[in-house]
Amino acid sequence: MFATKRLGKELLKMKEHLPPGITIAKSENLEEWHMDLQVLDDNPLYQDQTYRLKFTFGSKYPIEPPEVQFIESPNTPSTPRPIPIHPHIYSNGIICLDLLSSAGWSPVQTVESVCVSIQSMLTANTRNERPPGDSDFVSYNRRRPRDINFFYDDDNV
Amino acid sequence: MESDEDFMSVGSSNDDFLDTQDSDDDSLEDFGDDFDGGFSKDKDIIATSRKPYEVDFKVLSPGDIEREQNIQVTEVSSILGLPPESSAILLRYGRWNREKLIESYMDHPEQTLDAAGLGNHFETNPVTQKVPGFMCEICCEDGPDLETYAMRCGHRFCVDCYRHYLGQKIREEGEAARIECPGESCHLIVDSKSLELLVTRDLRDRYHALLMRTYVDDKENLRWCPAPNCEYAIDCPVKQRDLRRVVPTVQCFCKHFFCFGCTLNDHQPAPCLLVKMWLQKCEDDSETANWISANTKECPRCHSTIEKNGGCNHMTCRKCKHEFCWMCMGLWSEHGTSWYNCNRYEEKSGSEARTEQARSRASLERYLHYYNRYANHEQSAKLDKDLYLKTEKKMTSLQSQSGLSWIEVQFLETASQALQQCRQTLKWTYAFAYYLARNNLTEIFEDNQKDLEMAVESLSEMFEKPVPELSKLKVDILDKTAYCTKRRVILLSDTAENLKNGEWTFNMEW
Repeated sequence: MFATKRLGKELLKMKEHLPPGITIAKSENLEEWHMDLQVLDDNPLYQDQTYRLKFTFGSKYPIEPPEVQFIESPNTPSTPRPIPIHPHIYSNGIICLDLLSSAGWSPVQTVESVCVSIQSMLTANTRNERPPGDSDFVSYNRRRPRDINFFYDDDNV
Repeated sequence: MESDEDFMSVGSSNDDFLDTQDSDDDSLEDFGDDFDGGFSKDKDIIATSRKPYEVDFKVLSPGDIEREQNIQVTEVSSILGLPPESSAILLRYGRWNREKLIESYMDHPEQTLDAAGLGNHFETNPVTQKVPGFMCEICCEDGPDLETYAMRCGHRFCVDCYRHYLGQKIREEGEAARIECPGESCHLIVDSKSLELLVTRDLRDRYHALLMRTYVDDKENLRWCPAPNCEYAIDCPVKQRDLRRVVPTVQCFCKHFFCFGCTLNDHQPAPCLLVKMWLQKCEDDSETANWISANTKECPRCHSTIEKNGGCNHMTCRKCKHEFCWMCMGLWSEHGTSWYNCNRYEEKSGSEARTEQARSRASLERYLHYYNRYANHEQSAKLDKDLYLKTEKKMTSLQSQSGLSWIEVQFLETASQALQQCRQTLKWTYAFAYYLARNNLTEIFEDNQKDLEMAVESLSEMFEKPVPELSKLKVDILDKTAYCTKRRVILLSDTAENLKNGEWTFNMEW
């Protein structure tokens, strides 16, 4: 695999230090990592919640972006993992974010930098809503996130 | 036969058009004054090499396209005093609009360079370097022997990662003109010199092919030939806004005839916009319409379409609850007790409902009239094409059976080509006619259509004869081929002239 060394270094670095609100939940292999995310300011939409991000790395990472989405497991009473409400996050966990597309991705980005971007995307949000057409998208979409052509028409949120 | 040959070589003799144009114009004006289609006038049309329905165009090979690009790059480069690689990036950014680009650069050089993804100082020759203590941010490799590269922006990566990155962009994403530096939020464009330093030969070729694509895609006067695997492009001055007045059919070196306006197969005489409407309509309507017409009636009150799938003649419309008789379409209340046997055909309410019904069905029938003929020619053209594939075999067997030479059996191929071309034209005359309002011009058009159609059918029939009869029919087939071709030229010329002069009246807005 192209990026064994790179992922190894990323992991090492993250185990040493991570920004507040971001923790590693699962990183046994080099194909799929889980990260837990908290919004630390007093944004009422996300207070006292922990969200889980799933990173899937293809063989071309980091030349190609990883596949990143929110997941609901493990969703137990003691460790709830809901999908955060946000106008760019569908209720199935798929995130519409420019930097995760091949056009917006830069190979210099890391798992950590993606987590930080998503964290700040939540922090800055004030709208308690899902993207338009959420229910249709969630019931009909069978594609993987990287095969979806999102239109990044809203640069403000 | 002379005129016939002229016609068959339309595409290749195109360069001559400019030279002979002046003398042609006179005869065309003659024709324009008079639409009675008198035979002497027709003769003029046949004799001229440039027909009213033909447009100027030039076929460009990949080499030609590259040459054209280079000329423009060199020119801009010398005007602006920038290196050619930067000028190329600028031109691509400005979609090859030279004048606008030069103006914008003269007014705001810094801003223009920035927007195009160029910094403001230019290295002469990019080189890779070994940098002590360097670690590549992409793969995390380090070591004193690591070859690295950075563009003017200073974002340095190892050559291996750079190569992977460029490979991904070029091969997987089909990017060329706007590949940015891999660095985070750095918008500097990777120029061709840097690229050539970094990538392997095959990737470089792909990159240049993609750059060439963007050149043709960006210029309004250029279009790729849509034929599979064809590498040529067509240069034609017809603009999008002209497409209401002209149907610009062009022919590539690969022999493919297509419309420069919409890149669909040749659809003369129908203009692109009508073709689009027609295809849309056919897609929506045809099969369903056929079935509806055969199996349903409409409610006399609300015009909902109703299929009667059994039961008695007493119909109650699901939608408006109107009660009527399926047989006579009259009010059910007037039927008294003769419930299962309608014998009231002449009653007033029934006959009114039927007239109304007939009117709405008439428009459907009208559409189907044109559609069926359109589809029939499409189908026949396909069959004729199969026939064409068999023609060569036929020619060989004709040779051995009749003792004719290869040259002497060429008439079959000529006939087959003419047949296909005429069918293509006929097919679109029906789509065109569907949108025409009725007037004298339409009648002339329909006469021309009928003449061509009859000629085509009789040629088609001769063509299908068994091989032994073909040698006897040679003169007839030659004559018929020439006649078909001539009828086609007349029809297309007449239609194109009227289109150019805005003489046609259509039955809808477009």
